[in-house]
Formats: sequence, C-alpha cells, structure tokens
Amino acid sequence: MTEPNFLAKALTETAITRRSFLKWSAALGGTAALAGGMNYGLKAVKEAAAQSVEELKTVGCYHNCGGRCILGAVVKDGTVVRLVPDPTPKSEENLDSNPRAIPCLRGRSQIHRVYAPERLKYPMKRVGKRGEGKFERISWDEALNTIADQMKRIKDKYGNEAFYYQYASGSNWNGPDSGNAVTRLLAMFGGFVNMYGSYSEAAYGQIIGFSTSGYSGNSADDIPNAKLVVLIGDNSVVTRAGGDNAGYWVMKAANQGTKFIIIDPIMTDTVMATQAQWVPINGGTDVALLAAMAHVMIKENLYDKEFMATHAVGFDEDTLPEGAPANSSWVSYVMGRGPDGIEKTPEWASPITGIPAETIASLARQIATTKPCAIYQNWGVQRRAYGEQIVRTVPIIAAMTGNFGISGGNSGNVMNGGYFPMSGIPVPENPVKASIPCFLWPDFVSRGEQMTSALEEGGVRGVDKLSTGMKFMWNHAGNMIINQHADVNLTTKILQDESKLEFIVTSEVAMTPSCKFSDILLPETTGFEADEIITGEGHGMKGNHAWALYNHQIIQPLYECKGIMWAAGQLADRLGFGDQFRDGHQTSDDWMKDMVATAQQAIPDFPSLDDFKKTGIYKISNPEPIIAFADFRADPVAHPLQTETGKLEIYSPALAKLNNPKEIPAIPMYIPEWEGVSDPLREKYPLMMMTTHFVARSHSTFENVDYLREAHPQALWINVRDAEQRGIKNGDMIKVYNDRGEVHLPAYVTNRIRPGVTNMPQGAWYSLDANGVDVRGCGNVLTNYRPTPYARGCTAHTNLVQVEKL
Amino acid sequence: MAKQLGFFVDINKCTGCKACQVACKDKNDLPTGIRWRRVFQYEGGQWVNQGSSVIPSDVYAYPVSAACMHCQNAVCTQVCPSGAMYKREDGIVQVDANKCIGCRYCSWACPYGAPQFNESLGVMTKCNMCVDLVDKGQRPACVEACPYRALDFGAVDELQAAHGNFNAPAPLPDPNITNPSVVYNPNKVTKFTGDTSGHIMNLEEL
Repeated sequence: MTEPNFLAKALTETAITRRSFLKWSAALGGTAALAGGMNYGLKAVKEAAAQSVEELKTVGCYHNCGGRCILGAVVKDGTVVRLVPDPTPKSEENLDSNPRAIPCLRGRSQIHRVYAPERLKYPMKRVGKRGEGKFERISWDEALNTIADQMKRIKDKYGNEAFYYQYASGSNWNGPDSGNAVTRLLAMFGGFVNMYGSYSEAAYGQIIGFSTSGYSGNSADDIPNAKLVVLIGDNSVVTRAGGDNAGYWVMKAANQGTKFIIIDPIMTDTVMATQAQWVPINGGTDVALLAAMAHVMIKENLYDKEFMATHAVGFDEDTLPEGAPANSSWVSYVMGRGPDGIEKTPEWASPITGIPAETIASLARQIATTKPCAIYQNWGVQRRAYGEQIVRTVPIIAAMTGNFGISGGNSGNVMNGGYFPMSGIPVPENPVKASIPCFLWPDFVSRGEQMTSALEEGGVRGVDKLSTGMKFMWNHAGNMIINQHADVNLTTKILQDESKLEFIVTSEVAMTPSCKFSDILLPETTGFEADEIITGEGHGMKGNHAWALYNHQIIQPLYECKGIMWAAGQLADRLGFGDQFRDGHQTSDDWMKDMVATAQQAIPDFPSLDDFKKTGIYKISNPEPIIAFADFRADPVAHPLQTETGKLEIYSPALAKLNNPKEIPAIPMYIPEWEGVSDPLREKYPLMMMTTHFVARSHSTFENVDYLREAHPQALWINVRDAEQRGIKNGDMIKVYNDRGEVHLPAYVTNRIRPGVTNMPQGAWYSLDANGVDVRGCGNVLTNYRPTPYARGCTAHTNLVQVEKL
Repeated sequence: MAKQLGFFVDINKCTGCKACQVACKDKNDLPTGIRWRRVFQYEGGQWVNQGSSVIPSDVYAYPVSAACMHCQNAVCTQVCPSGAMYKREDGIVQVDANKCIGCRYCSWACPYGAPQFNESLGVMTKCNMCVDLVDKGQRPACVEACPYRALDFGAVDELQAAHGNFNAPAPLPDPNITNPSVVYNPNKVTKFTGDTSGHIMNLEEL
C-alpha cells in the first residue's frame, strides 16, 4: 500500500508549503496571486498547526444587504482557518427579543472573498481606454500625488461643484475605514455635490412622506402576531436572510401556521418557504390589483368606514381637502367616477394583472375579513417605471382593512428596523449645497450645466441649477459607475468621453467592472485586514434589535492594501490640511474611542473600547414589537402624522400642486408602464425582464466568490411555456437582448415565474467576450436609464427583452 | 455501544439558500466541484389556461438539503477494496485517506452521491459529520450555519422520537437501499421518493 501513504505524505507537504506561503505573503505583503491555490490550503494548515492554539475573534459581514452579520473567525498562527456563525452563546440567546445574527451563505464565504484572485494588489493607473482594463502598477506615493494634483487642478478650473462622491455600498461599517473618510476629505477641501434618494428605494423614500410621512411600518417581530400576512414585492427570506432577521420572523410566522399571500411575478424563495398563496402578477400592475380589491371591498361594504372618515384625506368626496376638484377622491377613482370614467372592477384588472377576476375578488374578501392582517410592501415593487404609485396605494388597503396602526397588522409600509446609537467618522458640513438624485449622476457628467431644480430637468435640490458638469468622481467601495447603473452601453459612452468627467478615483478591494473605468485605483483592506466597528443602523435591521460589533483585524494586510482612512489622511497632508483632517486622531483606536463615546452617551453601560474589543459584541433589543402609527390610530388629533394635513394622505395637496396628473397624480393611480405589460413594444420585445436581488450576492458584492458562483450560478429565469416556444431547455445557453444590448447566459426554465416575465438577477459583473457581448449575465446591459417621475429613481425592474436559444 | 448519529432536516424551515453547503465547504476547505452537502431544488406542476388568464396549476417547489446519510447499511463500506471507508462506533461513515486508493467504487455504490473524488488529493472525500467538532461536543458546521434553524443532528432514534421517521423525500432515492440515518420533516408539498411529477431544477447539484 505504498500509493496511499505517498498521497498522505504529499498532503502533509502541501500543507506545510501552503502554510509557509500564507505566512510569507502576510509578512511581505506578497504580490503573488495568493488566491490561486486557496482551495486546498486551509484544512491542511489546520492539521499542520495542530499543536498551536485556536483563537476565536469576532469579525463582521459588512455589505449592503442590511444584515451586518456576526461571524467568529477561528484563527491559528495568524491564519484564518474557518468561520463560525455569531458566537453569542445559545444559552444567552433570547429568541423572542434578539435572535442570533447568523450570517447567510454570503457571510460564510468571506474567506474566499478576502483571498479572491480579483483582489487589487497595489495602486494602479489606467493606461488604456476607460473600460478596457489596462493598468500599470504605480507606487502609493505616485497615486496619492496624482490624485492631489488633479483635485487642485479641477478645483482651480471648475470649482467644488465639479466634485462628486459616488453612491456606493460595498463597505457598510462605521469605520474608521468608511466612505466618510473620503467625504470628510472632500468637505474640508471645499465640498462636493450631494446626492439624495437611493438606488434601492428612491420612489419609496421620496414619496412616502406624501402618504403616511413615517417611513416604516411595524417591526418584523410583530409578524407572528398576524393571522394573515400579505407581502407585495418582498422576498425577505433572501434579501433579509441573515442577522437582519426579517426573514427569521417571516419564517417563524409561517412555521406557526400563519397564512401568507405573496404578490410577485416570481414564486420567490419566500413564497416557496412560507408555502404561501402565490399571486403571480404581471410586474408593474400591482396598483391595478389593489384598486380592484378596493372596488370589491367598497361594493361589498368590507372596509373600515369610520377610520377612513376620521384618519384619511381624500378617501371619498367628503374627506377631500379644500380646493381639490370634484370626483378626485380614491373612491371616485375606484368606482369609475373619476376623470378616466373607468370602474376598477376585478374584470378590468384581470387582463392587466394576469390574475383571474374571481381570484382578485376572493383575495379582497380574504384580506378584508381576516383580522389582524399584516400587509407589507417592500422595495422590489417600486424599482419600476411608476414606482411611486404602488408605494402610496398599499397604505390605503392597510387602512381600509382596519390594519393601520395595530399589532398583527401594519400600515402597508416596509418593516421597521432597529438602530444602534453609535456614530461613525464625523464629516463637517459640506460647503456645497447642490444635491442631485443619485440615479442621475450620468446626467451630471454629460449635461450638468443644464440640470435644474425642475423635476424633468434633473430635480436638483439646494440650488436652482448646477454650475458645471462633474469633473472629479471618487468611487469608494462601489460598482455603480458601470455595473449597477442602468444601461451599461450608454454609461460606457458617457465615461469614455474624457473631456466630460476628467478624473475618476476608485478605492476598492477587487478589480470590479467599475474599476476598469477608473483612472487611479487604490487597493483597500477588507474586514479581515483592519480593525473596524460595525453597527446595524438605519433601517437595515428589521427585527427590532441592533448591535455593535468589534471587527478584529485577523490577518496582516495583503499585498500593498491600505485602509481608506490612511489614504485620505495622506491626501489631506498633500492638500495642506492634514492636521485639521486628523483632528488629533493618530490611530484607528483614536477614532474608535470617539465612536464608543457616542454609544456611551446613549447607553451608559456600553463598555470601554478595550472591553468592547474583548467581548466583541454588544446587543440591544426592544422586547416589544414596534407598532407604527398606533398613537395616530388611537387619537389622530393629538398624534397627527407628519404629513401636510396630519392625516393619511390618499389625496396629497402638495402633489396636486405639481400639476402633473398623468405621472404624479394627487391620488395614486394605475399608470401603464413604458416597457410594461401593455407597451406595443412587446411586439418586438415580448418578454418583461426584472433584475431582482439574488441570494448569492449583496448587489454586486460577492459576485466573484467561487463558493457562491458554484452554489447559485447566474441564469435567466424564464417560464416553461416561453422557453418551449423558443426551443429552450433548462441550462441551455441563450441570448437575451433589446435595443440597448445583448447578454449571453444559461436559462433557468421554471414554473416559478409567470409567463411573459423573465428575471436576470442583478449584480453579475459585466464581462465582455471578444465580440463585445456580456457573457456573465449583467442585467444592466439591458435596463433603461429612465427615472421614476417624482423621485427620479431607479427603474431596474421595468424592461422588455427578447430571448433566443444560442 | 454509541448510538447511531444522523441528520435532521426540516423542509418547512428550509429556504434553499445553501448556507449549509457554503459553511461545509468553508469548514472542510473543499475545492470547487466538491460538495459534501447539496441542496436540491425539486419542482413540478404546470401553467394552464383559465378563461383569458394563464394560471399555475399545482406548481410546487421545495428544497432538499442532503449530505452523507451515514447509512445503517453503508454500501460504500461494503464495496471499498482497501478498507478505507469505514463506519465508526457512532455510525459516522468516513474515509481513511491513508488507505484510500481512489478507485471510486464507493461513489458508484452510493445512491446519494456522497463520496466524491478530490483530484488534487487523489482520494475519495465525503461528509464526516464534522467528526472533529462532534468529538468536542460541538455541532456540525452545516447544522450550526442554518439561518433558519432547519438542520439538526443527533442520535437517530432520538431524532425519530422528536420528528417522526420520514426519510424518503423526492428526489432522494428509496431509503430501503441503504437505510439512511436521517429524518426529514416534509412540508405540505413534499413528494415521496420515486415521484415522477417533478424534477431537479438546479443542474449544478447533479
């Protein structure tokens, strides 16, 4: 039996080589392609290092799913051996108030993200055309000098309104190495043009103030109190899978037997896992469905008349505000007495939505008579041509059915979230007041001087008009400058005109498609390579709980990677305000002490920085679910909403004043989409295409990770019927195209999407073959750079395409 | 004699995310192509015309997370010519890499596809229930990883007492072949082994 012994010996030798190599790389900042042999090394390292002591250190997953999950890194001899989920002892876990933040599959793959072959290894400058991906290695000194010189030159020539800090979300921690280091630098340099809205929830965030004002609904831990749960465009078990825990509460409700109704063109994993009644609607027609349901409720007297009379504006003619025209109420619209004269019956809605009329009627009765019923929308439903309309419609149904402001019900808004009271790196007030809708940054590049405060001219805020186009962009931990923005081929043209946007800096951990369009690349450290603090702030965590996490540095920085705080400080030195920038903070600890102090102000027993490093995790939880607008329900006079009228605004006087009734009506209406179900363009491009969030990625983060690419390959979801018509079988390579571009990828031929609708999950890295065709499945090659009417937001789910077998 | 250990999978709690698979690969440092734990997507049904609408008819889908079943009748151990494949006293089936000659008989015999050949090591590899963790009183990586708490492990008779003895969800093979040490809690659409109404959708797991 010499052979097996030989193999075993080879294994041991591989282990030692591997281990030495890792140590060498860490010590020297090695420049070899470290990740090349990664797969075989780690277990062997463990065996070879059997005598040494394993340490467990907390690290985080810190991207933009909202989860900010807690991981324990098993570290041996300076090498990370494996990851374990949230090491909070199960004995201390109180499932009802604070479930462990168990990371999803993405967090579990972090080792392979850190050691990925795509890591940026040293600073580089572009030598080819933007997008070509030709770069030359340079020193940190040269990179920083170049950036400083360009900043000075561009400021002298164009002023600070030519500077922009790009929307990005790859690295979502408090820091010290956060994007705030860059905005702090730019603000101290004289400022930069601000942005408003987001790619995720522009329509929701900008329009909800005209309905309920308050952003959020009941917290996710209230869902198990519902008898019936209705989700509209929400795939929580995927998009809020890990520590965020919205998925956890959804599944808890489903497992206790709560019935779910989910309205979605796709039988999502949430539909599947909750064993929901699936309502496979045509995308972009949800308002028509809800209007028809309202019709049934009104006709059959199945709604809360008293609440609508006392708490809402513009439900019927009696509650219209002064000055509103006759027949402009919701009831008039639904019952056919509005300007369009169309009665919004289930029979009317059926051909639009694709849902049989009797199903619509039965849904209406079920939702109206099951109490309490929790109706939640999520952002997927509003990243569409007229996204604002559905956002304002869902609260009406929640109110009509008596569920607004009660436990087990919901206002129709998105789930409420926890918040951890700790600040990040402070950014001084930005001297530049101009702000653009973040989705419209290519307009800022191509026609900035023409962008004004008029919505259709750019929706600029803070100033009447911009003084210049964008000349300098800093893109930190972001893939928005090509991959995650609509219409890649159009963006390519805009960026390749170097007379427009003159200089792009990207600070990143990996060679993303956006890097290839940048002029200088700065290699960043990942969470394994630096000490950082991570908190779940804002609406990220939807389980009514939050935590602060000490993310330990567990390996030496790879290659020549540095943290962004260091790089920004170096630039501040070159620009002459280094001392002001550092403000007495010489080390990461100095910054983190300040962060900890802000937490201690809110939570007196929050530990010192030293103690926090030892414990790693600090959790807070609210034992009671948040019931949004309960006080308003109890007494609308004493506790008005923060709307113009203090009530639930079905009719918004402010929106009426915009005088754009076709696209921004005073009451929400069904507006047929361009490139939607009824667009005549379907004769040429018959299939609707969405670009939903994907289980294996947080936007485009993790897309390059081998474990995740293997677990969930990119593919176009297409219905069995549509595939059969085209001779396409599951797994076949197909061509997806429209006038904007062409993508080649495999087909996922399934019953789990309605006929006529396809889905190319967002985030795949734009990669061209020799013929200039994307072969990795980047949906934005096909999406439309056309904003929603009010928010000027992203419409990534509204597209028409054709599909052919390759 | 130690009790036979096995896995428990609650299909009612599983979302098909494969955190279990990725955690397994992380813990065991597995190369691309080798998956000791797989999650099959099983799907069936059709779309039919109803009046002017097209609607789903009996469309169902569910995930089946499956690793080595550490079978009571472990056929892999029976066909192994070198004695590398063996069953511990607690029923965990594992490979002795020192003895394995890489002949792959075990992978041909196993109806679950559990033993997989690692090209670079030249030996068969398979789920060993994270025996190093289990021996320290910890739980296997996949069990610990599940964000939805759908997986568990333990003595099979105790798992059966708690959850029943169902071990035959489609698309898994007939349990009579090997008597697998596993318990599944089916959800309301789970089909039985031998079902022909659906098929495995995610080709990467085949």
